[in-house]
Amino acid sequence: MPRWLIVLAAVCASAAAIPLIYLVARASEAGFATFAEILMRPRVLELAVNSIGFALAVTASCLALGTASAWVLSRVKLPGARILLLASALPLAVPSYLAAYGWLVWFPGINGFWASWFVMTVVCTPYVTLPVAAALRGASGDLESVARTLGRGPVRAFWAATWPQIRPAAIAGALLVCLYSLSDFGLVSMLRFQTLTWGINAAYGASFDRNQAALLALVLVVLALTVVTAERRVRGRSLATSGARAPLLRLRAARVPLVGIVLVAPVAGVLIPVFGLVARLVDAAAVRVIDPQRLVEALIATIGLAAAGAIAATLIALPIAAFAARAKGRLVSVIESLGYLGHALPGIVVGLSLVFFALAVVPVLYQSVIVLVFAYAVLFMPKAIGTTRSGIEAVPDSLTDVARTLGLSKTASWWRVTARLALPGVGVSALLVAIAVMKELPATLLLRPTGVSTLATELWGRTAVFEFGAAAPFAAALVLVAAVPAAFLSGIRGVAKEDL
Amino acid sequence: MRSTLAFTAAATAVLFTVTGCATSAEPGPDGMTSDNSFTLYSGRAESLVQPLIDLFEDETGITVDVRYGDTPEMGALLLEEGDRTPAAVFLSQDGGALGALSAAGLFTTLPDDVTSVVADGFTSTDDTWVGVTGRARVIAYDSEKLSADAVPTTVDAFALPEWSGRLGIAPSNASFQAFVTAYRVLKGEEAADAWVAAVAANKPQIFENNNAVLAAVNDGVVETGLLNHYYWFRQAAETGAENMRAQLSYPEVGDPGAIVNVSGAGILATAATDADALEFVRFLVSTAAQEYFVAETFEYPLTTGMAAPAGLPAIESLVNPDLDLADLESLEITQQLLSKHGLI
Repeated sequence: MPRWLIVLAAVCASAAAIPLIYLVARASEAGFATFAEILMRPRVLELAVNSIGFALAVTASCLALGTASAWVLSRVKLPGARILLLASALPLAVPSYLAAYGWLVWFPGINGFWASWFVMTVVCTPYVTLPVAAALRGASGDLESVARTLGRGPVRAFWAATWPQIRPAAIAGALLVCLYSLSDFGLVSMLRFQTLTWGINAAYGASFDRNQAALLALVLVVLALTVVTAERRVRGRSLATSGARAPLLRLRAARVPLVGIVLVAPVAGVLIPVFGLVARLVDAAAVRVIDPQRLVEALIATIGLAAAGAIAATLIALPIAAFAARAKGRLVSVIESLGYLGHALPGIVVGLSLVFFALAVVPVLYQSVIVLVFAYAVLFMPKAIGTTRSGIEAVPDSLTDVARTLGLSKTASWWRVTARLALPGVGVSALLVAIAVMKELPATLLLRPTGVSTLATELWGRTAVFEFGAAAPFAAALVLVAAVPAAFLSGIRGVAKEDL
Repeated sequence: MRSTLAFTAAATAVLFTVTGCATSAEPGPDGMTSDNSFTLYSGRAESLVQPLIDLFEDETGITVDVRYGDTPEMGALLLEEGDRTPAAVFLSQDGGALGALSAAGLFTTLPDDVTSVVADGFTSTDDTWVGVTGRARVIAYDSEKLSADAVPTTVDAFALPEWSGRLGIAPSNASFQAFVTAYRVLKGEEAADAWVAAVAANKPQIFENNNAVLAAVNDGVVETGLLNHYYWFRQAAETGAENMRAQLSYPEVGDPGAIVNVSGAGILATAATDADALEFVRFLVSTAAQEYFVAETFEYPLTTGMAAPAGLPAIESLVNPDLDLADLESLEITQQLLSKHGLI
């Protein structure tokens, strides 16, 4: 492990620690007595319990639905398999608040835990489906066949032989789902389930009590660090197995229910909400003229910011991922956990922390694209750390050893062997970040240069005043443009692993 | 590719920095300076206020750089920026945010010719901000389930068991909290505590904002809801008034439920000598701007002598003589009350 890599990883992780520093500074202004008083409120406990219950329930259901979908997609011979794989990635393109809104069009009465749990599950399932499907395609089917011939049933054989091979991928995806469920505000506010993020927004909004908001956000930080630590414990390292890929099963009779499993997320997470939006568009008595120039400007800004955010987040995540893939111990644990922080905090907290940081350190760059892109990197680098790390982990040590015996230096062999082979993983990271940036709203509103609009901010500006007719083109453009990286994602996964 | 991007980003940053820092002009005799541009933070939506800003720019030749956001987030942003804010003027959706920023000492005092055109009770008491438009608190009801005369004329009715589960509120919203504060001021702390406790025990449906309350009433999800009047008119303009299932009822005169909330504007202390910012705030309380709000956003004009939008009760019938806007500043106690009964 080169020392410069450790230093670089620490520097990158400290970027993610900016929100934490800000929160501690704000919370300490409140003083310990206030801190204790607020923590003891029954309301805070209720919100924390709601957040924990919601995040765990969504994670469990995404894990189950995503793993089942991935298994069907990669182990069963299906007509139109490519299209199904593509469809399974599409819920990524729908922002959670848009999905909630679309469901409310059809079922205005739904609210509370179960409604939030269901809609959140269907929009987050691809975070598990895609990596697990890729891992399954790369995994050897030999062991499972052996288990079957030894008399194990299909489910037990899967558990015994295949699950250990896909576990790291599944758990890495589940971690993203869990952190996202903890930090999301748009969906739970629309579907009226009160979590800590609701409390944080209420503290900023009605009382302008930044100290109380900071305290609640710190509770969220503690929850998130617990989740990240737990994930490190149970993740394990992928067992590199070699052998033939599992043959595709021909389950003619079960085709319909199996395809049904795969379609739950795309239908409930994309089709139903998108049709809801279209219905509202048709409803609108005053269909406003679409301003094509604004649409195009917002589209260009969205794509540009997404590309810049993806590059920044991937670059910052790379040293952390490289370090975490090859090292063990407390230091790596701290650095990696810090890297995940941004994803567990609501966008408004990360946004305000960067307002604070930029004004204190680089006032010249305040309200510039640079600070905004940096905020995206802080928010979304966790999406890049996990996949990049798995990519690097999957490169066998023996290959780098060979390169070293051929006379390459440590750094050179890392660059020419590990980095090259891990490149598909890095690409996947970049795509995941790009999608997230396109959908991001609260931090963008706070940090964007005055006058710059993205598709998400344009959409927000119109729905806030009931102009659903005028909002629809922006919503449609957002889903369509975010579907492009999502489509790539469903493809690249397969290609990448098969190449290795 | 990467270097091009970095360059573009850096160039953009420099550009924004340059335009951000005012190219300062010579101060006039009154100590005011003008560079024919200023930055406005707007907590009100673009489609509502941009036409008005365009009008101002055409009339004066002053360029307004507008930053749009929700009022709460804009307020939090201004508090975080403190004296480093690029903003010269804050246009707020509600008086609560203006009060919070004023209490933090972020506003400068407005001159008398701006503040005196708005009647007392609809503006700040210390001239740190000025009221621009008024919104009446109303009861929205589902006209398919309730007849107009079955709708309570006082908010006290919602404390009765028969309204259990039939009321929608947005308790974390500033306008709801202003109403509860009014209740405390008018009826006393004990009565307010009893009312909030009874309403909470009635398990009201909790929403995040006024829009969501109205949408729920309009979709038949909840029978009644407490909100500001103009949300209904905004939605009626979008979907057609004849298609509105939700209808409005005004609580009787003197009821704590019948108060007027205001939107308003203040000039940041950092822009105390900015003549352009002052001209804009002066414009907001001019007849032209007030007429715009009446016609386009269905809000009450606040300058004396202007008529209410068609179809709305006169503002005088909604004004509570026993209530001063300054009384509504004890927001913290209201929040403790709502928090005690688990509503926020």
